[in-house]
Amino acid sequence: MTSEAQAAAPVPVTKSTGHRLGITGREWRNLAIAAVLFALAAVVPLVGSGYVQSIAISIAIYTALATSWMLFSGPTNYISLATAAFFGSGMYIVAGGLDLAPYPVLVLLAGVAGALFAAVVGLATLRISGVYFVIFSLGLAELVRQIITWLQHVLGTMSGLYVYVDRSEEMFFWQLLALTAVVYLVGWWIGRSRLGFALRIIGNDELVAVHCGINTARAKVILFVISSTFAAIAGALVAPRWSYVEPTIAFSPFLSFQVVIMALLGGVHRLWGPLLGVIPFTLLWELISANFPAQTTLLLGAAFLLIVYFIPNGVVGLIEDALRQRGEWLKSLRLLLVRRSRDA
Amino acid sequence: MDIIIIGLLLGATYALMAMGLQLQYGVARIMNLANGEMLIAGAFGTFWFYTASNASPFYALIGVIPLAFAVNWAIYRVLIVPLVRRARNQGQLEVDCILATFGLSFILVGILLAVFGGEYLSYSYLARPIFILGEPYGLNRVAAFIGSLVLCLGLYLWLHRTRPGLALRAVSVNPAAAGLVSINVTRASALAFALGGAVTAAGGVLLSMFLTFDASLGVVFTLKALIIVILGGVSDIRGAILAAFILGLAETTVASLVDPGLTLAAAYLLFMAILLVRPEGLLGRRSS
Amino acid sequence: MPDSPALTAHAVSKRFGGLVAVNDISFALAENEVLGLIGPNGSGKTTMMNLISGALRPSAGEIRLYGEDIAGIGASRIARKGVARTFQLVRMLPGLTVLENVTAGGVFGHARRWGQELNDYAHALLQRVGLPNAGDVAMTALTYIDQKRVELARALAGDPKVLLLDEWLAGLNPTELKTGIALIEQLRAEGRTIIIVEHVMHAIRSLCDRCIVMSSGAKIAEGTPRDVLADAEVIRAYLGTADA
Repeated sequence: MTSEAQAAAPVPVTKSTGHRLGITGREWRNLAIAAVLFALAAVVPLVGSGYVQSIAISIAIYTALATSWMLFSGPTNYISLATAAFFGSGMYIVAGGLDLAPYPVLVLLAGVAGALFAAVVGLATLRISGVYFVIFSLGLAELVRQIITWLQHVLGTMSGLYVYVDRSEEMFFWQLLALTAVVYLVGWWIGRSRLGFALRIIGNDELVAVHCGINTARAKVILFVISSTFAAIAGALVAPRWSYVEPTIAFSPFLSFQVVIMALLGGVHRLWGPLLGVIPFTLLWELISANFPAQTTLLLGAAFLLIVYFIPNGVVGLIEDALRQRGEWLKSLRLLLVRRSRDA
Repeated sequence: MDIIIIGLLLGATYALMAMGLQLQYGVARIMNLANGEMLIAGAFGTFWFYTASNASPFYALIGVIPLAFAVNWAIYRVLIVPLVRRARNQGQLEVDCILATFGLSFILVGILLAVFGGEYLSYSYLARPIFILGEPYGLNRVAAFIGSLVLCLGLYLWLHRTRPGLALRAVSVNPAAAGLVSINVTRASALAFALGGAVTAAGGVLLSMFLTFDASLGVVFTLKALIIVILGGVSDIRGAILAAFILGLAETTVASLVDPGLTLAAAYLLFMAILLVRPEGLLGRRSS
Repeated sequence: MPDSPALTAHAVSKRFGGLVAVNDISFALAENEVLGLIGPNGSGKTTMMNLISGALRPSAGEIRLYGEDIAGIGASRIARKGVARTFQLVRMLPGLTVLENVTAGGVFGHARRWGQELNDYAHALLQRVGLPNAGDVAMTALTYIDQKRVELARALAGDPKVLLLDEWLAGLNPTELKTGIALIEQLRAEGRTIIIVEHVMHAIRSLCDRCIVMSSGAKIAEGTPRDVLADAEVIRAYLGTADA
């Protein structure tokens, strides 16, 4: 039999038409709400004090980082502890390159470098089990820190770098807000795409996923690259605000830890989940670091355990449970009323 | 030549540390990201003991081992058991354990910082040279090497010659089947976890004899131990010992030929090599 | 036998360390044929299914799908080429709805659909396997048998040419068994090539054109169900020797 004859076999195979779903009315509504919220957020630094501005900037940084973290780790359950590695790399590209190239170019370059770095790490670790990936990500920031320290040593440069880029606080905030908006748009697009569906299947059962025809390694690497690129760009955007960058600051394990904790507090199965963790946690953290500066590590760990044990589904989970209970309550109320009116 | 000898001396302590993690990961099936912090806690405890009493750090083992055992037993009972109960499947348990022990690692670092501060610490014990093949080496390194070997051997014999050891090995092969032959799997897992923690802390005691350490160093040791266990094959203690010596050698080579600050790079190079060539470990059997 | 078989195995072996789970198995399967793979527990049937579906890589030998060697190219590529399977112990996607469990099989597989077209198709498949109204239900709310039905619908969502059913009929009650057998017959009538691993001999007799009997990894008999089940060596493999 020739291949044409096989194609004419009685098997009713329909080839994909590949047409895309249009955006539904509900989605337009959600997009509109999101746009209004972003517009409102953009006004914050204009009306707030310097203190409000700095908190708003923190929230914007962590929202971008926690949401992009969740894009990969949320559906797949592959916990990445490497945010600081990409964030710090982005920072160093800006800090080290300012004499060589204009700042906007460096931000783009940081994104590209972050993507390449993530692709290499992803290709090496994501083809095998999730545990290897976690382990690899655990020390990644420390590894990059060691390498940069060594390079600086070899090149004979100073370990600390000063980063001067003229930006107002408002401008920092708007840049980060714009990055967050892009993260949300990309996340929304992934969520309704085949790629997003593939990741949810992978997160549920990887063996089933491959038998469904999913190239699991590719899907995971793509998402890890997207997620890490955002982290690198965030680092590049933040570098000038810190104005002084050195390896121990840029690659602090705290950052990776805080990103994970905030995303978990909010909830990792909804795009807007991390935001609900970032806002309360940033505010709480302001209080803690102001009042107990010596105990931050301990308290951070304790907060983390509290979340893992008592709010495993995050704030989103709490809200959804509450809504469900309210729905059931309303339903039983309605039943009761119907019965009353029938009896009467 | 001295690279090889220093590598071997270091490897023995790494082997001890990896055996600790292997008990926790291979038997209790808990991925413990706070393992390195336990090691550093052992080192801090020894530092405190030595500076206070000036007695040999080996005596610190007498206090550190039971204490670490008790602490880790409590950690398993209080923190891990609820997760095991809550988990709907192995994957979820893994994720929960990673998160919980990751949080725990920060708590431990926080406690160490609160008690000892953030300084780099070291003390001087047996800091005189001993000549091996005509080259001088720190006597403290040799002492730690011998101490590690003795503990490794003891643990190995305990695992292979006693009934509790047999129970632990049975659980590591198949927890469900071990339960069927009336091994109390929860108890055995708690025992393995606690023992693993104690062995790791003992590793910390020995390392502190020749190493400068600070509170934030734990993660590096967690990572090294994990890499050794993966390289050696999760269920094979001989593989782990072999892998520990390989890492010790690789690290010493990088440290003396390139830069002492790049020890993690050596570990990662090894890790990459395993991932690409033998994901099932050196002596591990290729699984389905 | 037709000159271009749908699926052929040539001298396929699978070793786990010292254990030979599948030993030098060869067979050819014509398009639209139903093959029964039978044998005692542990005889290597499921391993053979895993080799065909790509979950395992053969230690030796060739497996060809319409002439193309698919041995060891990976499960996802094999699925895309039109081989779908169910699992001996149901594997569901617990975090997804029933409908999503079905559509999962139709997005990336052999025939690809997306959007409304896929949902309609999945609804039709659910109806076909006997779960017409279960689309929005949580997967965990279904009984084991219903989960098996969903798994079959998932396998069918990619419109496979070759379907591997690993004890899909096990655990069904007599009425369900009847519907199940009728369903497999329909699938065959649509032109699909099917391999079933099964202990329900009644189903083997009524469904299979041909049977392969495995014991300790090796093929010990091949032929029509009637011949094979009467074969002395087969009886010995299942029941042991008379003097044992």
